[in-house]
Parts: sequence; C-alpha cells; structure tokens
Amino acid sequence: MKLVTAIIKPFKLDDVREALSEIGVQGITVTEVKGFGRQKGHTELYRGAEYVVDFLPKVKIEAAVAADMADTVIEAISKAANTGKIGDGKIFVSSLEQTIRIRTGETGPEAL
Amino acid sequence: MFTYTKGHAALMAGLLGLLPSLAFAEDVLSAGDTAWMLTATALVLFMTIPGLSLFYAGMVRSKNVLSVMMQCFAITALMTILWTIYGYNVAFGDGGSMNAFWGGFGNLFLSGMGVDSLSGTIPETVFMTFQMTFAIITPALIVGAFAERMKFSAMLLFMGIWLTIVYAPICHWVWGGGWVSDYGVLDFAGGTVVHINAGIAGLVAALVLGKRKGFGSTPMAPHNLTLSVVGASMLWVGWFGFNAGSELAADGTAGMAMAVTQIATAAAALSWMFAEWIVHGKPSVLGIISGAVAGLVAITPASGSVGPMGAIAIGLAAGVVCYWAATSLKRAMGYDDSLDVFGVHAVGGIVGAMLTGVFSATSLGGSGLSHDTISEQVMAQGIGVGATIVYTAVVSFIILKVIDAVVGLRVDEDSETEGLDVSQHDERGYILN
Repeated sequence: MKLVTAIIKPFKLDDVREALSEIGVQGITVTEVKGFGRQKGHTELYRGAEYVVDFLPKVKIEAAVAADMADTVIEAISKAANTGKIGDGKIFVSSLEQTIRIRTGETGPEAL
Repeated sequence: MFTYTKGHAALMAGLLGLLPSLAFAEDVLSAGDTAWMLTATALVLFMTIPGLSLFYAGMVRSKNVLSVMMQCFAITALMTILWTIYGYNVAFGDGGSMNAFWGGFGNLFLSGMGVDSLSGTIPETVFMTFQMTFAIITPALIVGAFAERMKFSAMLLFMGIWLTIVYAPICHWVWGGGWVSDYGVLDFAGGTVVHINAGIAGLVAALVLGKRKGFGSTPMAPHNLTLSVVGASMLWVGWFGFNAGSELAADGTAGMAMAVTQIATAAAALSWMFAEWIVHGKPSVLGIISGAVAGLVAITPASGSVGPMGAIAIGLAAGVVCYWAATSLKRAMGYDDSLDVFGVHAVGGIVGAMLTGVFSATSLGGSGLSHDTISEQVMAQGIGVGATIVYTAVVSFIILKVIDAVVGLRVDEDSETEGLDVSQHDERGYILN
C-alpha cells in the first residue's frame, strides 16, 4: 500500500477530486495548509506598515491506495492539478505499513 | 455646543447667558427638540458600543480582540456612573469663583434633577445623558493608542481619573461656561474637548507605555478588517447624533450640521483613498475607512458653522493630512500608536479646529465667526487647541506615571505574547471548532 500526498493550489481541489474518483480512488483526506517553494510571497500594506507574506495557502490531499494504483494516481493528480505556472505543487509517495477500517476491523488492502 | 454667532449673541442676551444647566422660568419644553435629542443620545452611545469597539477590534490581532471590546464596554459602564455621581457637575455645574476652570463638586448625584428639570428646550436629563455619551466615547478613543499591552486594572484607574481631572474640566472650559468659551472659540461638537484631547492623551500613553513587543519586526496586521468596516460605518451613521445633536435642537443648524458631516466625511474618505492610491499604488479598505473617520473628526468642531463648500475643503484636507500623519509621520517618529489615535483624532481634530476658524466666515459659506476677522478667529481657535494640547498632555502624563508606580501600566511580556484575551480575561474571542 502507498500513501500518496499531494500539495496543490486550492482552486484545483475540485478538478483533482473528480480525476481521482474517475480512476476509482474511494476516499481522500484534505487539509488546508500554507507553504512555499519557489513561488514568491507578496507584500500587504496596513496604514503604512508593510508586511511580507511568504506563506501561500495550499491544499494537501492524502490518499491511501494499493501499490499497483500508485502510478495511475500520480498521473491523475498531476494532470488535474497542473497549470503550468510556478506553485503548482508536489506529490510525495510513501510506503504505507498498515491500514485498518475502524467500523469492521478489516486490515490491509481490503481496508483501503 | 453653541456656535457663538452674532445671531446667537442676541438671543443669549435675552436668555441669561451660556450656563445651560439651570432651569429658567422662560424655558419651554419642545417635543421636537426633545425627540431628536433622545435619538441623538442613542446614536452617540451606538458610536462607542459597538461602533468604535468593532472598528478597533478588527484592527488588532485576534488574540487581543476581546480585550479591546472589553475596554470599550467597561469604559462605557464606568464613565456612566462617574458622570452621574460627579462628572456632569464638574463639566456643567456652577463652579462659583472657580467657574472659569471647572464646575466643582457642589451638586453630586444629580441632585435636584427631576422629570421636570429643563435645559433650554429639552429635559435636563436628556442633556445630561447626551453629554454623558461624549464623556464615554472620549476615553474610549484613547484605548486605540495603548491596545494590546495595557493592563485592564490600570486602564480602569486611568480612565476614571482622566474623566475627573482632564475630560470634565476641558469640557467645562469649552462648553460649560469656562474660560475657553470666553475667547470666542468655535467648537461645535468637540474637536478640542473630544478629539484633540483623546488624541494627545493617546500619544502620551503610547509613549509612556512604550512599543508593543516585536513592533517593527513581528507582523501585526489587522486580524479582521470586516469588523473594522462595520465599525467605521456605525461611526459614520452615529456621528449624525454627535454633530447634529450638538445643536441641542431640531432646527436648521442641526440640518446643516448633518449635511456638512456627510459631505466632509465623504471628501476625506476619497482624499485618503486617492492619496494612498497615488503613493502606494492601490486603494485600501483600511485607508478609505480611516479617511472617513478623519473627516468625521475634522468636521466635528466645524459642524455648527461651516457650509457645504467648507465641508469639502475640510474633508479633503483631513484625509490627506491624516494619511500622512498615520503613515509617514508615525514611521518617521517611531512611536507605537497602535490604532492611530494621534494620527487621526489629534491631527484631524487640529486640522478641523483651525479650519473652522476659516470656513465659518460667511464669505466662505459659513454661518459666521465670533470674531471680526478670519485671522482673529484662527488665533482664537489656536488658543483653544493649544490649551487642550498642553493641559491634556501634562495631566495625562502625570496620571499615567502615578498609576505606573502604584499598579503598573503594562502587562508582563509573557502575557503580552499570549494575548490579553487569555491573560487578562481568561477568554478567547474565537473558538472555531
């Protein structure tokens, strides 16, 4: 099993969600985060006091998938979240040790 | 309060002088005047709770949002009681041999004021309560200067003493038959008594308390400008009670006061907005609402004696000058006047008070000076302004130093970092999940 974590631009969330459900990913977890990579922040001005805002709002999507699904998932997210501009985000894939469905107690790939 | 014009002078001669607080056989209750003044009183109270409260609350960091509201609300309650017990008398009573300076403690607890007591054409209870709302908002304005770092107990002590020996005496000098009114100073609704007074006291407080921890390096952006816009809007609407209500009657002067208030405020909002647009590149919400408040402040002393064109001039000037004061001047001088009480209220009040001396002239559309020439009037205005500045600066400083020695003015560093809501009140403003 793999845990696919994607940091994407917030307005791309709906496109990514749709793309994932089209390839059969049943569930995802979404968190609102902030961060920066090479995309620069901006300045805000309040009555003469300037503030540099480095952090940009992003959305983090986590999907636990079967190992053989990982490449399809990466492709789906990449295509849906891409705008071609700096700040599109990144995808990280890590090995997922165990998954448990709380309601039934199922474990392993059946619990995905 | 009274635009001491030649027309008024004739009327006053027949009505036994400027002391409004005693009931005369000649006074007759006017239902129209009373109805308006009851309304105006409510409008001015609304300016503090919640107008000013929201305006300020939105501009501080979220960890201090409740502290600002608590300060405004507590001041409202405390000033009410102190005004009732003795404040009204200090401001408007007959001080006998000391009447040039204050009304004394002679008539406490509003004794003798009953349902039939009159002050001009309105019940004295209404006049007293109307004035009370001014005595509430003036100290509440100062809150902005020491926001995010003052101890609540010290604040209460300061405000109680400040009402007693700064606000009420200055009020007496200008409106209560004291020495400033003898100089023919035109201050219809409180450019000196309220705005310059609070603004200078605020600057002194900001300097005595010192800067907020991390000022200049830590981001301290307004946490919720939506609240500030709502608050500023309430201030604008409520100010009709503040200015038009200062006529104490429902008449043409009140109507003109309302009109010039609206016009000057709009002019100032636009002039701050455009000034910022030119200088910085974009117009801002904080800028336009600050401009509006600057206009409201500046038109306050002028509202009883200038006309529409004077209002535009005063508004345009206030917007630009206060923009400069709240940005460039503040940055250059380095003081931490958190919410620009000095930049908007003191500077705006001074601009307005001085220009009142110019635009009250009938040649410039006003209803008349109380001196023969503009330059004489401007000099008189300068005396009123100068006296207010010096007195409030010195006495506010003394009060602050005394309180600092007794209870300490500022919260400790950890409390300041944690936020006043938690450290002073054990509460949080936003519990969002």
